[in-house]
Amino acid sequence: MPNSRIKVPKNAKAGDNIEIRAMIMHPMENGYNFDTQGTTIPVHIITDFVCTYDGAEVVRIQLQPGLSANPYFSFFLTATQSGPVDFTWTDQDGTITKNSATLLVT
Amino acid sequence: MLLSVVTLPVSATDEETAAAIKQEYGERVPTPGRVTLTLPPIAESGNSVPLTLAIESPMSEDDRVLRASIFANRNPRPLIATAIFGPKCGRPAFSTNIRLNGTQDVIGIAQMSDLSLWSAQVRVLVTVGACDALQLRY
Repeated sequence: MPNSRIKVPKNAKAGDNIEIRAMIMHPMENGYNFDTQGTTIPVHIITDFVCTYDGAEVVRIQLQPGLSANPYFSFFLTATQSGPVDFTWTDQDGTITKNSATLLVT
Repeated sequence: MLLSVVTLPVSATDEETAAAIKQEYGERVPTPGRVTLTLPPIAESGNSVPLTLAIESPMSEDDRVLRASIFANRNPRPLIATAIFGPKCGRPAFSTNIRLNGTQDVIGIAQMSDLSLWSAQVRVLVTVGACDALQLRY
């Protein structure tokens, strides 16, 4: 399973826009690299990234091979009530990586 | 005798970039404005160029950003990523790292809830492109 790293603040005030950061370890092969035998390495990418909070989507990103290896995203979320912030990455081979954090809204 | 056929990545033309934008957003022509793209003016390595896309919008119930995309007009595949902003998104902005195959223009396009399109275009000088540095992939 690829490694994922997320950064969600522990606390937030209701109505605040807080920055969320997420990264996953993935080569994001773009199909233009060669292995030691000189053969082309086929495209191998993460195709979808979804962040949900309090049952609704924050952002959904459709990834293409034009993104760097270990794709990183930062975006903003409006804090409304305490709840889990869930992250899901979908690989093109169907592998799903999940990560989660809890946001405490005061 | 061993013959190997190496297919090198081919940069997209302006027509291909326009076709990629049309495929994502339809026939409507984007108006310059409301979108801010922040990129370094010179990127030493095209393998990882930090990018921030921000859109001016109140993000209220009836006036919000639906989605935004990044295009690079000389990459082999012009479309880089599309972000769809959901109901819990507070500020329509996101940052990521992109690959660039040489000096080119990066285009950000946003679609509002009234289906209007807005765009921004930024020139980036790339010293070593992502497709040239086969051994250095980061």
